[in-house]
Amino acid sequence: MKYQTQRVAYPFFVMAMVLFAAQVIFGVMAGLVYVIPEFLSEAMPFHIMRMSHTNLLIVWLLIGFFGATYYLLPEETENEIHSPTLAYIQLGIFVFAGAAALIGYQFGIHEGRHYLEQPVWVKVLLTISFLMFLYNASFTVLKGRKTAISLVLLLGLWLAAIFWLFAFYTPANMSLDKMYWWYIVHIWVEGVWELIMASLLGFLLIKMTGVDREVIEKWLYVIVGLALFTGLLGTGHHYYWIGTPGYWQPIGGFFSALEVLPFFAMVVFAFYMFWRGQRNHPNRAAILWTLGCAVMAFFGAGVWGFMHTLSFINYYTHGTQITAAHGHLAFFGAYVMLNLAIISYAMPHLRGQQPYNQVLNMWSFWIMTSAMAFMTFALTFAGVVQTHLQRVMGMNFMEVQEHLHLFYVFRLGSGIVVAIGVILFLYAIFGPSRSQASASAAHAPASP
Amino acid sequence: MTTAVQRLRTLPEAAYETGEFVMMEGLSRTAARNIFFGGSLFFFVIFVALTAHSHWYIVTQSTDHAGLNDSVKHGKAVWEEHSCINCHTLLGEGAYFAPELGNVWIRYGGLESPEGARAGIKTWMQIQPTGVPGRRQMPNFNLTDAELDALVDFFEWMSRINTQGWPPNVAG
Repeated sequence: MKYQTQRVAYPFFVMAMVLFAAQVIFGVMAGLVYVIPEFLSEAMPFHIMRMSHTNLLIVWLLIGFFGATYYLLPEETENEIHSPTLAYIQLGIFVFAGAAALIGYQFGIHEGRHYLEQPVWVKVLLTISFLMFLYNASFTVLKGRKTAISLVLLLGLWLAAIFWLFAFYTPANMSLDKMYWWYIVHIWVEGVWELIMASLLGFLLIKMTGVDREVIEKWLYVIVGLALFTGLLGTGHHYYWIGTPGYWQPIGGFFSALEVLPFFAMVVFAFYMFWRGQRNHPNRAAILWTLGCAVMAFFGAGVWGFMHTLSFINYYTHGTQITAAHGHLAFFGAYVMLNLAIISYAMPHLRGQQPYNQVLNMWSFWIMTSAMAFMTFALTFAGVVQTHLQRVMGMNFMEVQEHLHLFYVFRLGSGIVVAIGVILFLYAIFGPSRSQASASAAHAPASP
Repeated sequence: MTTAVQRLRTLPEAAYETGEFVMMEGLSRTAARNIFFGGSLFFFVIFVALTAHSHWYIVTQSTDHAGLNDSVKHGKAVWEEHSCINCHTLLGEGAYFAPELGNVWIRYGGLESPEGARAGIKTWMQIQPTGVPGRRQMPNFNLTDAELDALVDFFEWMSRINTQGWPPNVAG
């Protein structure tokens, strides 16, 4: 660790991982309800589990992004974080607000738009914390060296905060409500978050492959260009059936079909840089997560998104388990794995040790990733059957669900395996650093 | 013959200078940055213009904006207060755990018999949870009669949105 204030990232990563574990627990519980519907149906109905599951995901991903930003900005800008104190206060507010929302949900205190269920005062606190973060990060960049990586990262984070403001606008007309709701949800995950993703991948590749910054940053601009050129008008694939005009069908279909390009470019980018660079970085687990992130994002967000994005297909698949399959693998591949990559990379530096428990970390990679892939297949098959029975044959929803039981058992099973992978990951990064990977042990002086 | 690949491997810096870097020759970092900012701005302006038009279209064409009375608004508030969207879908968006409700008015025969549909939906809400073994259980939200009526008015209003013909059939 070259800069003292990079240490700021540590509590962010700890909190992110705690909330990640909680998210997966709620996910497994919700998966269990699909198989045993009576499970907690009085104490914690499904809608509470689901909002807990999705809100925890978003909150921990954001905390992970904050931590990643604090970790990389000193190295990119070549100076210390503007105010570490502000960073800790900002984290405290964010965690408090997130925890308050989560606890409130268990008592039925929530609002009614999915992902935006937080009460208004929680939304205000989240906004204040986000702005404190942006202030802190922006001044760090202004004082120091300005690289493309830090500029694209900051731009992504600023735009995420700006579009979040639509969370405060709830029109009475449901069609308008839905249209502007996507200004947050789509523009985040299929737009500006890709800026965050590409810049963090760029940082990891510079550090771990040693490839020239000039080349990496040129690729970075090409990738984020592709992301926004396709992703902005790609929002149209959510505007097919909600009362918006018919022209969104060709426009949304065309541009969202091209949304696969930035993800494909990220795969080529990651593997090409890895092939070009020196392949002797000791943190092999971090490299695995970095390359895996690009690949799984390509499949989850790119391929699985493309599968049902054209309007004449979406007409039949819209709002079925196909969407659930896509949502799970896209979030996991693009943003969960990204955070796990950067945490795997940063944690040895933050703990002042050589890369440790790498074998265990890599096991957790394969277990988590293959279980998520299996879950995606199970939900995809469920979605295909559902589409046929319900949308083509016109069979009643609840009757169709009975035919999907086996797929939901598979999904629950894979969810449990994901949870095991998460436990292994947490032990690998937080646990004692006894087992060294042989390659790194060779030139790694043992740390106390 | 010294292949390009060999030279890339041995002389990386020189290879970048001479533009042999695969797929990226002729594009400088500054040019890439300018294309990114210019292009993003271009597409953003188009996106905002189209959503502005869509806003106008929703208010004047596809929804009964004038018929958005207090009861429908109250129904939407009831819908949100109990976060129905975290089990059901509405126009295909939401959770996928419980049936689509954008067309529930139609499914209950509201077009033929409005009174029958209203009574049917209200009764269904009141008898929850069904307690049928192995069936997904909907909580009873203990809605008042006024809340139930408002919710039904909201469903009726939703069913009249021009959704470009979605869903394909009444099953939703």
